[in-house]
Amino acid sequence: MLELRGVSKTVDGMDHIRDVSLRLESGSLNVLLGPTLSGKTTLMRLMAGLDTPTAGQVLVNGQDVTGVSVRKRDVAMVYQQFINYPALTVYENIASPLRVAGVKGADVDKQVRKAADLMKLTPYLDRTPLNLSGGQQQRTAIARALVKGAHLVLMDEPLANLDYKLREELRDELPKIFSESGAVFVYATTEPTEALLLGGRTATLHEGQVSQFGDTIDVYRNPQDIVTAQTFSDPPLNLLGLTKSGGEFRTSNGTVIPASEEEKRLPDGHYKAGFRPHHLYLQRPSEDAVCLPAVVDVSEITGSESYIHLTCLNHRWVALEHGIHNVDVDAKIDVFVDAKNFMIFDDEGRSVASLMHEPA
Amino acid sequence: MEKTVNNKAWFMVLPVLLLVAFTAVIPLMTVVNYAFQDSFGNNQFFWVGIEWFQELLSSERFHDALVRNLIFSFSILAIEIPLGIGIALCMPKKGWGVPVCLVLMALPLLVPWNVVGTIWQVFGRADIGLLGYFLNSLGINYNYTQDPVAAWATVIVMDVWHWTSLVVLLCYAGLVSIPEAYYQAARIDGASRWAVFRYIQLPKMHSVLLIAVLLRFMDSFMIYTEPFVVTGGGPGNSTTFLSIDLVKMAIGQFDLGPAAAMSLVYFLIILLFSWVFYTAMNNIGTEKKHYAGEE
Repeated sequence: MLELRGVSKTVDGMDHIRDVSLRLESGSLNVLLGPTLSGKTTLMRLMAGLDTPTAGQVLVNGQDVTGVSVRKRDVAMVYQQFINYPALTVYENIASPLRVAGVKGADVDKQVRKAADLMKLTPYLDRTPLNLSGGQQQRTAIARALVKGAHLVLMDEPLANLDYKLREELRDELPKIFSESGAVFVYATTEPTEALLLGGRTATLHEGQVSQFGDTIDVYRNPQDIVTAQTFSDPPLNLLGLTKSGGEFRTSNGTVIPASEEEKRLPDGHYKAGFRPHHLYLQRPSEDAVCLPAVVDVSEITGSESYIHLTCLNHRWVALEHGIHNVDVDAKIDVFVDAKNFMIFDDEGRSVASLMHEPA
Repeated sequence: MEKTVNNKAWFMVLPVLLLVAFTAVIPLMTVVNYAFQDSFGNNQFFWVGIEWFQELLSSERFHDALVRNLIFSFSILAIEIPLGIGIALCMPKKGWGVPVCLVLMALPLLVPWNVVGTIWQVFGRADIGLLGYFLNSLGINYNYTQDPVAAWATVIVMDVWHWTSLVVLLCYAGLVSIPEAYYQAARIDGASRWAVFRYIQLPKMHSVLLIAVLLRFMDSFMIYTEPFVVTGGGPGNSTTFLSIDLVKMAIGQFDLGPAAAMSLVYFLIILLFSWVFYTAMNNIGTEKKHYAGEE
């Protein structure tokens, strides 16, 4: 178990990590999700012990290890770059943590071959890393982390530099392989889709703070605030400014959106509705949907999906539609939203749903 | 696939061809021409075949100078390469120290060669030189104009002072190109300082080290100016290197034929050694290594 208690890291007066508290269970898969510069790598370095926090504590199995050197901790780490000993063979690379640990003879061979087999590296054991493809190099690095049998396994965007197919393969295998070891498994990524595919638990990071931590699906479905919802949305979350008076919301052009029974209890004032790109429709999806006027900015077609970027009531939105939709740039079109897909946030960006569930 | 022939391409490479021809190929050909002939001035030449080469290769004077050159080159390589790596490892990687160190390191390289010679010639003098006076006052009998050992020590120390910087700068360039993540990964692995050097830094410096060894070998094997200024090849012939000998022969004695033959042999020796170094170091680089680990 790894626990962070109020951990902060300040470098030259800049807050890289602010007051992060997390409890990661042994045998669990934890995703750190956040955009570039949100502090994922810094947080991992603090977890590993490569850096010492400016404030707060790091505990491993209840023991305070703050300030204990990384050499004395039981940690394995895989990086976005493919980091291996350049002059050693794949075999010796995988064996290196065992040799440092003082494992002798046949044991080394057995463990190296087992890890190599899992990582499909057996045919390449005699090569040096630079004579391997990127995917094989990264698998070597992962195999090294694997044989170490560390209590804490940190992976910092390990698949970011790999091609699509390899990424899918490894993404399936990694959680299985490491969950068997009973280690605390931490995986940093910038991609919401990757977090969802990995499952487990997710902590969303924003400007050095953990905005929410919980079961991945739960964080995705019920973000506590607008920042979490935005971090966990790719393409970006669409936002719509609303004014509530009485039992209904009004958009800036006066379109009325009826409030649900729960929402009716909210005080009058300004709110923001967030909804995901696949909930912005070009065709009326249901009787309850509300029609809004929009102007097309760009349309991107990826084949099975089309992304239509548009401006609606001074908001920039993205609509994700299945199939190919050819829409002319600058065309004036009607778009539809359905209030049942809305996540309503108050003026300070807190989720109204989460506020309503909290005891008063 | 049809090969495209475009004769215009020749015009593009013509300037370089001309430059190389007039600076390297034609002078070399002239030297080859001289090497097989004898001349007595007045532009009279006589064909002598390989006589000059036979004479040269059997001459003791040539053997001695060659041996001196080899000892000199290997000594300075043995000092400058490890020292250069060591200094590069100690240099700061960031902060205000970087420009300071780089400028300090580059200083000796900016001094003209004959000035380096003059500096050391004065520095080493027993009567007015700081080094010479200091050593003698310590009771060490140091006089590079009379003692061959002192002369050799001066020439070697001078070369180390002058050229270690080049090795340092090359190694430093190799070191700073190693991503920080490698060091982190090594720390997480619990690798020792030696393991980090042996298995990360040294392999990553391999290509720049190859360049450093080649450059230092070639330059030191051709050394002329500094020892000429300091010792003039003496005392006796003790610091007469091939280049000094060659100049004596060509300019001093005006023996164009033997000097040309010697130039060619000299050139081929450098080429041969450079090739040997290059091949050997490349082999070391690709050889499979085993992680020794911590005992």
